[in-house]
Amino acid sequence: MFLLNHTKSFNGGVHPTENKSLTENLSFETMPVPKVVIVSLNQHLGKPAKPIVKKGSEVKAGEIIAEQNGFISSPVHSPVSGKVTKITASENVSGFPKDAIVIETNGVSEFVKMPPLDSENVTAEEIIERVKTAGIVGQGGAAFPTYVKLNPPKEKKVDVVILNGCECEPYLTRDYRFMIERTDDVVSGLRLIMKAAGVEKGAIGVEDNKPEAIEKLREAVKKYSNISVEVLKTKYPQGAEKMLIKAVTGREVPPGKLPFDVGAVIQNIGTAIAIHDAVVKGEPQLTSAITVSGFGINNPKNVIANVGTPLGDILDFCGGVKDDAVKVVVGGPMMGIAQYDFSAPVMKATSGILVLTEKEINDNKQTPCLRCGKCVDACPLNLIPTKLARLSSLEKFEEAEQLDITVCMECGTCTYTCPANIPLVQWIRFGKQRVMTLQRERQTV
Amino acid sequence: MEFTIIIAIATMGGLGFIFAGGLALADKKLRVEENPLIGQVNEVLPNANCGGCGSAGCYDFAVRVVDGKVSPGGCPVGGDETAQIIAQILGVEAGESVKMIPKILCGGGSKEAVKKSADYYGPVSCKVASLVSGGDKLCFYGCLGGGDCVSACPFGAMIMNENDLPEVIEELCTGCGLCAKACPRNIIEMHPADRDVFLFCKNQDDPKRAKEVCSVSCIGCGICARKSDGGIEMINNLGVINYDKLDVSKIPFEKCSTGAIKYLNGKEIPVN
Repeated sequence: MFLLNHTKSFNGGVHPTENKSLTENLSFETMPVPKVVIVSLNQHLGKPAKPIVKKGSEVKAGEIIAEQNGFISSPVHSPVSGKVTKITASENVSGFPKDAIVIETNGVSEFVKMPPLDSENVTAEEIIERVKTAGIVGQGGAAFPTYVKLNPPKEKKVDVVILNGCECEPYLTRDYRFMIERTDDVVSGLRLIMKAAGVEKGAIGVEDNKPEAIEKLREAVKKYSNISVEVLKTKYPQGAEKMLIKAVTGREVPPGKLPFDVGAVIQNIGTAIAIHDAVVKGEPQLTSAITVSGFGINNPKNVIANVGTPLGDILDFCGGVKDDAVKVVVGGPMMGIAQYDFSAPVMKATSGILVLTEKEINDNKQTPCLRCGKCVDACPLNLIPTKLARLSSLEKFEEAEQLDITVCMECGTCTYTCPANIPLVQWIRFGKQRVMTLQRERQTV
Repeated sequence: MEFTIIIAIATMGGLGFIFAGGLALADKKLRVEENPLIGQVNEVLPNANCGGCGSAGCYDFAVRVVDGKVSPGGCPVGGDETAQIIAQILGVEAGESVKMIPKILCGGGSKEAVKKSADYYGPVSCKVASLVSGGDKLCFYGCLGGGDCVSACPFGAMIMNENDLPEVIEELCTGCGLCAKACPRNIIEMHPADRDVFLFCKNQDDPKRAKEVCSVSCIGCGICARKSDGGIEMINNLGVINYDKLDVSKIPFEKCSTGAIKYLNGKEIPVN
């Protein structure tokens, strides 16, 4: 097909230092159940879940404690057995206090499971219903309720399901460990997603810096002729939905459209594992797999922790924070959110906790724009970051809107590449939010 | 040789006359009569083009005043004096123009408000800082100290004081209200200059948290509202002053445990 056998990818992007060697060869370690868990009601995109327990209620692990509230929402299960001590606004990894149910654990290990389903004979409706009741949300970071994505609108013809095994964020190795340790479950999860979405073709996109995972996956999909493993160039943000579709299928998602519109459904490796567990084992998602890494933590690890475990407990489990650590980020280093309080709890979609030292962060002084155009070349969505940032800081929102500021996915490639250290994505984020408010106001008028 | 020069001069001169004639004709035929009042009004305006009146600039305001769409007192910068002159020019009554002054309704500077256990690194701007975990103070309602209001003021009437709170220099302030629009937390409100009762807090947290995050916060105890006869109402753990019903003598200012509500009584706002 190709004259030159070059690896598939997209235009633009950057390749930051990976630093994956800190944790890539370490198996998952399961953390002991913490004394207190703080279960946020906002673990997904959309409306917060509605609590159905009260202060003082006894709950068991796996029991629903807050129910789905609206179409784009998700139920929340109790990750442990214990007693509800309070329902209150509490620190959250998003940086703003959100309502949460605080549960004191009692050390009893009861686990209320749902009846397991046979993965070969299960119907599409049963899978979607199970994914909905198990409260599974996208593990890629945005935490979009997964059942909505499995249920594409009838008029959209979806023909391929792509599993996202890129893990393009530096440091993170959680998806890589899943692909190595639970290869068959990944493939089983993918087949369940294909069945639920009624799609014949499946693909797993993996960056070429993970040869071991590619080999294992190829071995595992040998018996399924309709599933392929696609090797992609190691580049950030290869794991972004639109970039992945472009690399694997060659289709481009137009501005303002969704993957459905070009016939693709994207799911994360972690989501596939969660779907496999929910359907085949009948387990709702009570734990999250997290890479704890960075040069500021004593023992970097891949950890499996209960949802609701405070960050501080996990950092202690990993040997504590070194003296020269300056910044703690939840998520990847490119898009993650810096934390100010270690009492914030882990959420369903938390994929990493990074403790960074002075050397790993960039706090160089900002200088004037050189007009070099590096950000323009690097932007994977072909925007003009330097102009958008300037328009945002001057509050010229109408002009920014015309230049498609709302298409920006805030990947941070522009800021990473800027030699003048201009906080481009930070300004664009502000402008994007204001433009979206303006658009909403216009709609209501 | 000489002949060539004469031809060139004659041609240029001739063309000049033809075009001048055309322009003169156009001036007669196509002239747009501008109301002379607009020019006169424009001259007495401050010409700061701040946009505080809601028009696109001073000239636009002049056009709208002459059209009768806004009252002569509509220019907050010019104040009463300008209003009188404009009214004279137009031969109408000057509307009531009350001098408005911005009030910074947060007392939580770096001495009072409790900081998060982490510092904020990023663009020094309130509007960006408010998106990142709500800035570096624990209070999610208070002043961020980034100085967006200071840079928004076209008259240099705002400064950040040593307590990291903005301060209004009333002699320079024209009451255009741009600072109030610039504040992402809506802490700055425009009030008539003679008002002297303010609640210097916007915190809506429950009393426990409000007390934890700042030493001068309104903790929502409602002691000021209880005997105020509707002058102060408690909404979301926060006192809201209803200036129409307010009777200063009924408010027990000294009983406010954090001193969030203040009766200035002609005094300057005490700099904490």
